[in-house]
Amino acid sequence: MTRKPANRDAFSVLDRPNSYIGKTVPRPNLDRLMQGRGLYVSDIELPRMAHVVFLRSPHAHAKITGIDAAAAERMPGVIAVVTGQEIAVVITPWVGVLSHLKGLKSAPQSAIAVDRVCWQGEAVAAIIATSRAAAEDAAEHISVAYEELDAVTDMQTALDPTTSVIHPALGDNLAFERNHDAGAVDAAFAASDEVVEAEFIFGRHTGVTLEPRSVVADWNSAEGRLTIYQGTQAPHMVQNIAALHLGLQESQVRVVCKDVGGSFGIKVHVYADEMATYALSKLLRRPVKFVADRVESFNTDIHARDHRCKGKIGVKRDGIITAFEIDDLTGIGPYSMYPRTSAIEANQVVNLVGGPYVTKNYRARARVVFQNKNVMCQYRAVGHPIACSVTEGLVDLAAMKIGMDPVEIRRRNLIADDAYPCASPSGLRFEQLSHHAALAKLIKMMDYDALRAEQAMLRAKNIHRGIGIASFIEVTNPSAAFYGVGGAKISSQDGVAVRLDAQGAVVCQTSITEQGQGSESLTAQIVGSVLGVSMDRVRVILGDTDNTPYGGGTWASRGAGIGGEAALQATKVLRKNILDVAAAILQSSPGDLDIVSNSVVNVSDGAPRIELSELARIVYFRPDTLPPGIQAELMATRHFVPREYPFAFTNGVQASWLEVDTDTGFVKLLKHWVVEDCGTIINPQLVDEQIRGGVVQGLGAALFEKCVYDERGQLTNANMADYLVPMSGEMPDIDIGHVVSPTMESELGAKGAGEAGTAGAAAAVTNAVNDALRPFGAIITEIPLTPQMILTALGRI
Amino acid sequence: MKASAFAYARPTSVPSALELLVAYGDKAKVLSGGQSLMPAMNLRLISPEFIVDIGELAELRGIVVKGDVLTVRALTRHVDVLRSPEIATHAPLLRDATSHVAHPAIRNRGTLGGSLAHADPASELPACMVALGATVIVCGPRGERRIPAQEFFTGIYETALSPQELLVAVELPVARKDSVHFFHEFARRHGDYAIVGLAAQSTIVDGQFTDLRLGFFAVGDRPLLAGAAGKLVNVAVTPEVLANASAVLGEELDPQEDQQATPAMRRHLAKVLLQRCVSTLLSRADLQSGVPAR
Ligand SMILES: Cc1cc2nc3c(=O)[nH]c(=O)nc-3n(C[C@H](O)[C@H](O)[C@H](O)COP(=O)(O)OP(=O)(O)OC[C@H]3O[C@@H](n4cnc5c(N)ncnc54)[C@H](O)[C@@H]3O)c2cc1C
Repeated sequence: MTRKPANRDAFSVLDRPNSYIGKTVPRPNLDRLMQGRGLYVSDIELPRMAHVVFLRSPHAHAKITGIDAAAAERMPGVIAVVTGQEIAVVITPWVGVLSHLKGLKSAPQSAIAVDRVCWQGEAVAAIIATSRAAAEDAAEHISVAYEELDAVTDMQTALDPTTSVIHPALGDNLAFERNHDAGAVDAAFAASDEVVEAEFIFGRHTGVTLEPRSVVADWNSAEGRLTIYQGTQAPHMVQNIAALHLGLQESQVRVVCKDVGGSFGIKVHVYADEMATYALSKLLRRPVKFVADRVESFNTDIHARDHRCKGKIGVKRDGIITAFEIDDLTGIGPYSMYPRTSAIEANQVVNLVGGPYVTKNYRARARVVFQNKNVMCQYRAVGHPIACSVTEGLVDLAAMKIGMDPVEIRRRNLIADDAYPCASPSGLRFEQLSHHAALAKLIKMMDYDALRAEQAMLRAKNIHRGIGIASFIEVTNPSAAFYGVGGAKISSQDGVAVRLDAQGAVVCQTSITEQGQGSESLTAQIVGSVLGVSMDRVRVILGDTDNTPYGGGTWASRGAGIGGEAALQATKVLRKNILDVAAAILQSSPGDLDIVSNSVVNVSDGAPRIELSELARIVYFRPDTLPPGIQAELMATRHFVPREYPFAFTNGVQASWLEVDTDTGFVKLLKHWVVEDCGTIINPQLVDEQIRGGVVQGLGAALFEKCVYDERGQLTNANMADYLVPMSGEMPDIDIGHVVSPTMESELGAKGAGEAGTAGAAAAVTNAVNDALRPFGAIITEIPLTPQMILTALGRI
Repeated sequence: MKASAFAYARPTSVPSALELLVAYGDKAKVLSGGQSLMPAMNLRLISPEFIVDIGELAELRGIVVKGDVLTVRALTRHVDVLRSPEIATHAPLLRDATSHVAHPAIRNRGTLGGSLAHADPASELPACMVALGATVIVCGPRGERRIPAQEFFTGIYETALSPQELLVAVELPVARKDSVHFFHEFARRHGDYAIVGLAAQSTIVDGQFTDLRLGFFAVGDRPLLAGAAGKLVNVAVTPEVLANASAVLGEELDPQEDQQATPAMRRHLAKVLLQRCVSTLLSRADLQSGVPAR
C-alpha cells in the first residue's frame, strides 16, 4: 500500500554535493531578530492610526442592560466608543462548527458582545483613541449596567438538568459527543487478569506567547481594500474569514504577517477582538491597532486541556494489554472557537488513546460542554498530552499492579516496528513507526538499569527519585481530513514559488509562515540544496497573501513536511529549467550538467561551465543570443498536499528523572530524555529545539501552569506572577535522540516535529512522580502536580 | 496596561524631596527602583498623581561600616548587596537572602529601601531585617526617626512610614565572629516570592545556641521573629526539644491562604524549615528526621 516515491533513486536531495539537508546551519533571520530589527505588529505605525482598547466584562455571565459612554466620548484623545450593536452593522456573527464533527453545535458569536456577556473578559465596548493610554483612561469612564446571570463553571455539572443552559436555543450545554467502540472490549476486560481504573485530571492552561496577539487593520476606502497586519499562523485563513464576515471579496483583503513572537496554536484562530479591529477600521475608515496586554491575553487567548478523563485498562499477568476504555469530559467556554472549533481536542483524545499499542479493543466516549469561562481551543499538541497521560498512566498502573517493570510492559505491547502499515484501535492509519527502536535508544541514552540501581540506593537514604516513561504518537502533516472536509476554508496544501533573479540569487515565496520554528531556514536549506546554490543566495518571503502562493500556513506540525516538499518540488522544476537553458547556451545536454555552488558544472568531472549569475544575465538581458525557440522559465511554482495518508504519524518516547522532597512536596526535575522519529531531519538543531521547547511547555503543564477559576467564573491568576510559566531555573537538561523513518508520501520524507515534546512530557513526569512515591503507596493522576497536592497525597498535611 | 497620567519630579536633595512629599501628601508616591511600583501603576492598582523619583539623591547611596554598625542606604540595589564585600563579611545572611530576590534584571534596579518600604510579607528582605535586629532610619519634615525593624513592619504592604517620610537607610549590627546564619525558602520557581521562608541568625557555643533569631516570612501579614527560638537557646537540643519548639512555632503562626498553599501547608513547611535550620546550624544530621513533620 505504500507507494515508492517517484524517482527517489534517480534524484535524491539528500546526497547532493554541499547539501544543507541534515545540517545545523544558522537561521537566516537570526541577525535581524537579534539586532532588534524584526518587525512585529506593535512596531507598525501608520498615518492616522488609532488604538483600540476593549472594555471587558467583569462577570462570567450577565445581561447588559445599558452602556453609558457619554463621559468617555468626551475624554481627550477619544475618537469613538463602539458597542456590539453598532459594530454589527459592518460585521456578521459566526458559528464555530465543522460538518465532519457530527453533532457539534455552537451559538452565534459577535465581535463585541450584544445584550449578554458569556465569560469574564468578553469585550462589551471598544474605545478608539489616539493612544492606548488615552483609550484606557476613557475605558474607566464607561458605565455598563449588568444583570448577573447564573454562571455555568463546573464541567461536571454542566449537563445536569438543574444547571442553566447557556444558549437556550441549543437545548442543552452539550457541544459535542463522540463515541467509539472497537474490538470486543467487555470480553477483553472479562478475560483480563487485572483491570485498573483511574481518573485523570488536567488543569486548564494557555500558551503565553512572548508577543501578545496583535493586529493593525487598515481599511483603504479609496481602494476598497483592507490590509490586515497580524501575527498569525494562517494568513490565508484570516483573509477568508475577514472577507466573509465583512462582506468583502477575498481579493479585497490582504493579510501581512511579519515577525511573530511565538504562537503555539494561540495565533491560529480568529478572535472576536481581532474581528472587531478589522470592522472598526472599516467603520472608522482609518488604521486601527489592537495589541492585547498581558491581562487580556490570559482572559481571551484560547485556553486548552481542561479535561477530566476516566480511564480503564485490562492486562494479563504476562503483561499483555487487553483493552483500553476512556470517558473524557472537557469544558470549552461559551462558544466553540472559530473557525477550527473546540471539539478537536476531545476528538483527538479519542483518536490517540492507546495509539502506540497493539490491542484493538478500545472504547471511548468524549463529551464537550459549554461553560461561562474563556474559550478553549487548539494549543500545541492538541489532545496529545491528554491521550498520552491517560494511556501511559494506565500502562504504568497496570505494570505496577502485576509487578512488571514499566519498560518491560511497553516492550510487550508496543506495535512491532515491522508491523506497518497498520491502523490504531481508533482506526488511524500508520505508515511506518519505530516504537521499539525508539525505546531501545532511550533506554541506552538514559542508562536505565544504572538509574534504577541509583534510585534503589538513594531510597535507602530516604531520597526519593522516580523514573517515568511515556511512549507517544503525534499527528503531523495533516491533509484536508483535519478541516477541509468539514467545510472550513483552511487550506491543507501549501505552495512555493522559486525564481532565479538577474544576479543568480533565488527569491522564494512560500505559503508557510514563521513564528520562530525556523520555517524560513528550512525552506532556504531545501531550496539551496536542491538547486545547488548557497543558502545566503536564497531569500525567503512568507506571510503575505498578496505575495505568496495560497496555502495553510504553519500549524499542526506541517510546515516542513508539506511546505518543505512544495519547496523541493518547485526547486526541482527551476533546476531543470536552468539546466535546459544552460544546455542551450553551452551546446551541451541537460543530463550532462548539474548545478553546484552557484555554477553550472559538468556531471562528469565537476568542472564549472557557467556561473548562475552569468546565465541569468544572458536570460534576462541578452535573450537574443539564445538559440531560436528557447524561452527560459526561471521561475517555478509547485504545491503539495499529502494524499495517501490523512496524517503522517510520528512516534517517540520520553523519560523523566526527578526527585520528590517528601517533606515539602517539591519536585526537582533532574533530567529529561526524548527519542523521536520525525522522518527526514532537515536541520537537526531546529528539530531538537522544537522538541526541547515542546517539552518545556509539557513540563509547564505537568508542574506549573493552570488558569485558576473560582466558582463564579472569575479567572483569579491572570498575570505572570500568579500564573506560573516554566522558567529556565526549573528546567532539566533535555537530551534528544532520533530514529529516522522517512515518509514515502513525499520525496523529502519529512514529518512534523513541532508537538512531540509537548505530547509526552507531562506523562513522563507524572509517571516519574508516582514512581518516586511508590514506597508511600501514593498515586496522583492530576496535573499540575503541586507541592500542596503531593503533601496531601502523602498524608502530611 | 498603561499607567494613568501622573506628574513627575526628580529632586536632587533629600530636603527638596521631603518638601514635595509634604506638599502632595498621599497623592504622591516615591519612586525608587520601580520594580514594585511600576507594575502596580501599569495594572492601575494605584494611580498616584505625583511621582517623586529619588534616583538622583546621592546621599541615599552607599554601604558603610563604622565600628559595630553596618549602614546600608536606601538606594542600594539588590545587585549592589550581592556584590558588596562589606555585606559579605558583616551581613552574609542579607547577601544569601538577596540572591533569592527575583531575577538579575529586577535586581539591577530594585532597591533595599524600596523593598522594605513596600513591605511585602513574602519578601526575603524584611525578614532579614527582623532576624538581624536592624534599625530602619526614616527622614520626614520633623527630622529623623529610628525605628526597630520589628516595629517598622505593621501589615501587608504596611509600615510605620508616613506618606511624608523617606526611608533613608538601615543600620545592622555587624555579624559577630562566632555567629552563623541560615537562609532557605520554598518557592515554586527560582526568583518567585516564597511560599514560606526563613532567615535565621545565631551564635553557637559548644554545640548550643546562645542566641537564635528566626525571621520567618510569607507566614503572616508581616515578617515574624519566632518566639519558638526561645525553646532552643541555651539548651541541649534533642529531638524532643525541637519537637516542642516546632509545636510552639505552630501556635505562633497565622498563615494565609493563597493559590500556592493552604494555611496548613504553610504551617507544615515552616516547621520543616525550622527543623532544617536547626539541624544545619548545629550540624546535627540526627535532628533531620527527629521531628515528625506533621
Ligand atoms: C518579577 C518580579 C519578581 C520579584 N520577586 C521578588 C522576590 O522574590 N522577593 C522580593 O523581595 N521582591 C521581589 N520583587 C520586588 C523587587 O524586589 C522590588 O525591587 C522591591 O520590592 C521594591 O524595590 P524598588 O526599589 O523597585 O521600589 P519601588 O517599586 O520603586 O517602590 C516600592 C514602594 O516603596 C515605596 N518606596 C520606595 N523607596 C522608598 C523610600 N526610600 N522611602 C519611602 N518609600 C519608598 C514606593 O513609593 C512604593 O510604594 C520582584 C519584582 C518583580 C517585578
